[in-house]
Parts: sequence; structure tokens; C-alpha cells
Amino acid sequence: MLREGVVRIPSGCAISGMMNKKGKCFSGEDIIKSIAIMHDRSNGLGGGFAGYGIYPDFKDDYAFHFFFDDDTVKETVETLLNKQFTIIFDEPVPTRKTKAIKDAPIIWRYFVQPKSKMVIQSGIPEEEYVVKFVMKVNSEIEGAYIFSSGKNMGAFKGVGYPEDIGDFFRLDEYKGYIWTAHGRFPTNTPGWWGGAHPFTLLDISVVHNGEISSYGTNRRFLEMYGYKCTLQTDTEVMAYIFDYLMRRQGLSLDVVVAAMASPLWMEINRMDPEKRELVKAIRAVYGSLLVNGPFSILVGTNQGMIALNDRIKLRPSVAATKGDFLYVASEESAIREICPKPDKVWAPRGGEPVIGLLENAQVNYNFAAGENERIAINS
Amino acid sequence: MTLSYLTPAFLIERDNKRCIQCKVCVQQCANEVHRFDEEEGEVLADELNCVNCQRCVVMCPTRALSVRKSPNEFRQNANWTADAIKSIYIQAETGGVLLTGMGNDRPYPIYWDHMLLNASQVTNPSIDPLREPMELKTFLGRKPDSLVIENGKLKEKIPPQLELDIPIMFSAMSFGSISLNAIKSLARAARQEGTFYNTGEGGLHKDLYEYGANTIVQVASGRFGVHPEYLQAGAAIEIKIGQGAKPGIGGHLPGEKVGREVSETRMIPEGTDAISPAPHHDIYSIEDLSQLIYSLKEATNYEKPVSVKIAAVHNVAAIASGIARAGADIIAIDGYRGGTGAAPLRIRDNVGIPIEFALAAVDSRLRQEGIRNQVSLVVAGSIRNSADVVKAIALGADAVYIATGALIALGCHMCQKCFTGKCNWGIATQDPQLVKRLNPEIGAQRAANLLRAWKHEIKEMLGGMGINAIESLRGNRLMLRGIGLTEKELQILGISAVGE
Repeated sequence: MLREGVVRIPSGCAISGMMNKKGKCFSGEDIIKSIAIMHDRSNGLGGGFAGYGIYPDFKDDYAFHFFFDDDTVKETVETLLNKQFTIIFDEPVPTRKTKAIKDAPIIWRYFVQPKSKMVIQSGIPEEEYVVKFVMKVNSEIEGAYIFSSGKNMGAFKGVGYPEDIGDFFRLDEYKGYIWTAHGRFPTNTPGWWGGAHPFTLLDISVVHNGEISSYGTNRRFLEMYGYKCTLQTDTEVMAYIFDYLMRRQGLSLDVVVAAMASPLWMEINRMDPEKRELVKAIRAVYGSLLVNGPFSILVGTNQGMIALNDRIKLRPSVAATKGDFLYVASEESAIREICPKPDKVWAPRGGEPVIGLLENAQVNYNFAAGENERIAINS
Repeated sequence: MTLSYLTPAFLIERDNKRCIQCKVCVQQCANEVHRFDEEEGEVLADELNCVNCQRCVVMCPTRALSVRKSPNEFRQNANWTADAIKSIYIQAETGGVLLTGMGNDRPYPIYWDHMLLNASQVTNPSIDPLREPMELKTFLGRKPDSLVIENGKLKEKIPPQLELDIPIMFSAMSFGSISLNAIKSLARAARQEGTFYNTGEGGLHKDLYEYGANTIVQVASGRFGVHPEYLQAGAAIEIKIGQGAKPGIGGHLPGEKVGREVSETRMIPEGTDAISPAPHHDIYSIEDLSQLIYSLKEATNYEKPVSVKIAAVHNVAAIASGIARAGADIIAIDGYRGGTGAAPLRIRDNVGIPIEFALAAVDSRLRQEGIRNQVSLVVAGSIRNSADVVKAIALGADAVYIATGALIALGCHMCQKCFTGKCNWGIATQDPQLVKRLNPEIGAQRAANLLRAWKHEIKEMLGGMGINAIESLRGNRLMLRGIGLTEKELQILGISAVGE
């Protein structure tokens, strides 16, 4: 059978995420418990997590997490890595031997700094330099795959039920201020660790439940701007859309949301003229990045967490707050499992984002006109 | 004059039990096929001039008439077919170029019919357009590389865009090639359904200025009827370089069709031939095209998108890329099956390529070059139904142009004799008696109905695919699968085969 990445495999899923808006770090134990309660939403063919704030000792270094098929390819990659980056520290990603997880590839992490001379010579911003390297490895080097590349954050994923993957990666031993998790239900067996969620690029991580029907449109648009969709998954495309709109286009979150889950024309027609002109322009210019079909995603960044549904809410998502904590999950049970008495629980409407930002977040964030009840945890 | 070897192409059958000798057929036939024999007291027909336009058949109150292919046959010959032999008789008699009307009718493959659409099952839900919003709004025009937004407001306006409620427009047909009533029908339908019609190269009749907001004004090589008010009148300007039915050649409106109104509108003397040169004589290269694009933009204060229309020819991808870089906001591509009021038969039937391939090649090329977002792509020639529209958009078009389909809605029966000026349906004629057969109120209603019917069908297909906005279909070739295509054809179309 063809490996995932060569073919596109639809899948359904469970997602869960939580954050502390003060940036206080907490153990990965809760997120494992939360995703475990939704066991039946996955089928043991993929699970994963992303944690933010987990590498305080290397917080200014890019943390590359790799899957290697064998030692030879690891050596090839290290040669390349040494050429473009200074490796501050590297080690195998710690794992626990468990009965449930089999056939693990070589999993290694490198904390690196781009060689500044080479960045300058390349004439592109440092982040772009890192992105190019990630794209190059993932699309050109057979048997090596970078599945995490941000600073002070990391993705952990593999083939298995998410709770087993969490256990395998010893996530109870990490502390982070944002955790997201994913349990996968793919429709056939790729058995490839890279196919699991989250999907990440720099510090953006995406976990996603859905099958987007706009995949072909989104992908072909992104490919014009150098993104290589090696995985052929919706989630990869989602991560790239966020990267393109937020980092490359420098757009604020509200604009990103209006592009990805645009208001309906009947809503736009009711907006005041200035806002109508803006949203119309967003739809006209970024129409190819509208994400169509059922989806519920959780996007993590160093600055906070965003949850978004497709605009007619074809996939579930529930949000809750308790003190400084924000929770979002596919099912309310996944929140109640770890936070039995939230202050507030609600089901966000289609296309209505839940935005949880750290109190000291630096993102460009302005909901100028909030006639829709858009909820940000810090507002 | 020697004996003509031509024999009738059609046989008119009159059921004498039904015929009431009312002479409607006699009055209706501009080709004078039917006549009333006073002596015999009955209606007779001489089929030699019959074009099978079906006017008499439809108008006959007792349904006494039918027209079919003449049973007369040449000796069977797979090489020298009747068409081949008759063409030679005509040319031997006239010494002229064979003329024809409407699009290429040869049995080349129709690639739309070799592509099948996807639908959602289980892993994602289909969407019911009767219960959920289904959005078809489309913008045509240059899109900026990024938006400049400040304090939640758009700081820089985006370049001018055509806003379509349905991704279907009426393609260019000039006043001259078709009647004023036909144009009025399309203009009204366009206004009613939130889309656009195109003047063609015949200028804008004074009665049509009121439809300006739904008009694309064309500038062609003859520059007929082009003046500042004309350019200002439309919502967009289209430079016509070529036409799918006759790539590489110009046009010829015979003097007989240039009556007072056509003469006024085109700004040429009454009764003179209106000849459009093959090339624009101020465009011999891509940089010349760029100058014309910017001249037109200057003349209209950069307030209107400028489209460039070309015929689909072998090197269309590179040409389109050049046009995008020359500053066009919209590229219209007309496939080899595109219609025409008059074209040399051999050109129509042998020059150009199918729009399906031209579209796929252009869209892919513009994406490879990273400039697809800078221009909109409109395709034409021949979009026959709503499924063709959906397939075209999935291949990469922003919108489509229809013309033949629109004329059929007005009553055209595809007799392919537009160039004679004797259109019995009041469409491709300037004869006042014939023109008034087409009531623009009714014509507008029929054309608008067609758009609405297709709109419903497009929504159903989109919903089936789990898509609720047309922009998510654009270029989404994963929604297409090829059936009965070669590896190479699939590769150029950029689609997988059925079952893959």
C-alpha cells in the first residue's frame, strides 16, 4: 500500500486543548486524561500532543523533533543540519517502553540556532530560513521527517491511541502552559508516524477533526508560495494557511479567521459599510484559503490557542473556562473529566473562533467590530 | 451559369391530413422554402434553401411539419463523405471561401464528458442547498499580493473587481452579428441575475447605455464604436485578440447588414463592409498589448478591470502568462468549439484546441509562476450546461462565458446559418421583420431562467461535494476524475483517473 503522503487519507478525530492564560505551566497528565475519555473517537491509528513552554532551558533555540527510519538517514540529516545550523544540544526524545506502542522509528530532538552568516547570505528572514530547511528535509530526504520545529514547544505523536502515545512520550514529566491533543480515526492503515497529528510549522501546531472539501483549492494556492504539502493531509494545509496568513502576510487573527471561515454573504451584507468593504476584500483576495467542509481545529502558538469551526459547524467543539484556564474539546466530557465544574461552558457557533491569548501576548489582535459574539479569554 | 450540382440537405415532410393551408410556414420562412401554389390551392416546399432552423415546424399550428436529413445519399464512401463532396461543388461554383456559423460541429472528443465529479459520503457530509447557504459570488479582477489593513479598516482599496452573483456571463456578440432585441434580452437577463453581458466588437447601441453596470465593452481590432463614453459606459473593458471559432483571423460584417443603426453604433458609413483586421495593427507584440491595456486604464481612470480575450491555441499557456504580466486583470480564453456569427469553415473546424486543455494548461502555468492570483480566468467555447461550468471551475476557471447556450435559450435552433442574415428566430439578423419576432421581454426572461436553472444545479453539485462557497471549488482538481482518457491527457488536465 502507498504510504501516507503519496495518497490522501480521510480521517475523523477527537481533539482537546487547554491553556493557562497567565502562562503558568502544568503537567501533561491532564491532557492525556482528557483525550483518553474520547477513546472511541479514534481507532488506534494515530495520536499526538503539542506542548508549549516545555523547554525552558532551551527557550530561544529551535527544537527540531525528528523521525528517522534508520541511522544512515540520521547521519545524512546531521551533515545537512550541521551545515546550516549550530546544534546546541541533541538527544533521543525520552520514551517509556509500553506494550501498546510498537514499531517506533528513531525519535531524536535537536536544539539548534541557524548559522547567522548563512541566514544573511540567504537574504530571507530567519524564520523563513528555518521553514525552508524543514520543507526541504520533509520533501527531499526519504526516511527523515521533522515533525516539530518551534521554539520552547514540541509535538509528540505516533501510531497508537493518544493516551498510549502520551504515556510512551512520558508527557506527564513535562510542564507546559498550553497543551493540545489529538486522537485519530483514519479510514485505512498508513501506519506511518508522520501522519499523526499535531502538524506543526515553527511554533504553530494544528490538531484537527474533519475532512476539508476545499483541500485541492487550498493546497494549490499554497503551493504557489513555496509550501510543499508532502503529507497530503488537511491538517498540514491548515498549518500552512495559518503560517501564510499570520507570518507571511502579517494579518491579524480576526482577518485570518475571516479568511478561513468567512462570514456568509448574507451576514456580510448586513455589516456596516467599512467592515463590509474589508470582509469583501478578504473574501475576494483570500478566497482560495477559505476552508470548506467539516472541520474543528485547535491551533497552538507561543502566544496562545485558537479554536475554530467550519462556518456551518459540521464538527463538534465545546469550550469552557475556569479561572485562568481555557478548555476546548470535541466533547464536553473531555473537559469535565479534568475540570468537573467550569465557570462557563459553551458551544461556539460555526465560524466563530475561540481565542485564548496569553496575558502578555504580542500578537496583532483586533476585533474591531464585534457584533458577532466572538469570545476571547482575555477580553 | 452552369447547372448547380447542389441538392437539398433536408427533406420537409408535410402531413397533408394535418395541414390546413394556413400559410404560416410561408410567412415564417425567410429562406422562401415554403410557397403557396394558387392554382393547386396548397402549400408546397422547395427544400434547396432549407437550413433546418425548425421555425416552420415550431410555428405550424397543426404540427403538420417535420424536417429531417435528406434521404438522398451519395454512393457510400468513408473518405469522400457527402460533406466533402458538397464542399467541393460549392467552391467549384463560387471560387470562394466556405462560410459557416456557430461553433465547430466536428465529432472531436468532448472532454467535459470525460470528466466526472466527486460527492461526499460518510467521512464528510454533503450539504443541502435548500437548507443551508450556498454561495456562488465571484470576483473577477486583479487581486493584490496582500491586504493593507489598519485599525480594522482596509487602508488601500483593492483593484477594481467585477462582482458576479453567478460565475456565468454572456460572451461577446456584437450588434450587427446579432439583433438589438437579442442583445437587449441578454443585457436585461444579466442585470436581473447579477452578472454581465459583453458588447462584442460592434459598439454600444444608445438603447443599451442603461445596462452599463452589467456591460463589458469590447475593443477589437476594427475599433468599431470605440469612444470615451463607450469605454466609460461599461463595468469592464475587454480587448479582443482572438476568438475560438476563428483564431488568427479577423471578422467581416457584410455591408447589407450595416443599416442605419448599426452604422451609427459602429461609427461607419451605412452599407459599407465592417472589416476587422486579423491582428490589432497597434499590437504586434506583448509589449504593445501592455500599452493598449494601460491606455484603456488611463482612459478610464483605473476604475475598470481590463480583460484580454484570446483563442485557445497551442501555446496558450505562455501567451496567457505574458498577458498577465502585461497588466491584464482578466484573461478570457475561448476554446475551439466557441461560436461565431460567421467564420471560414476550414478555420473553424481545424484551428485551435479544446478549452478544457487550454484552461488546465493556463491555470497550471500561472500557478507555477506564482501569478495565478493576479488575474482572473474566464473560459468559453463551449459550455453547454451547469456540469460543464462546475468542471471548468474545478479545473481552475474563475467564471465562464456562454453565448451559444444563451442564444439557444432565446430560440436559436443551431442551423449554423447566422452569416446569411436571415435568422428566422430574430437573433442573427438585422431585418426588422425578423428582429421583431424576438420580444426582448420574453427573451430576457428565458435567458434569466437559464441562469437560474444552472445556478440551482451548480448549488446541488457543490453541496454534494461538501462545498458551500464556489471559491473552494476553484482549481480544486481533486473533485474531478478522468474517464476514458490517456495518461498524457490526464497529466495535462492535472486530474486522476476514475478509481484512483
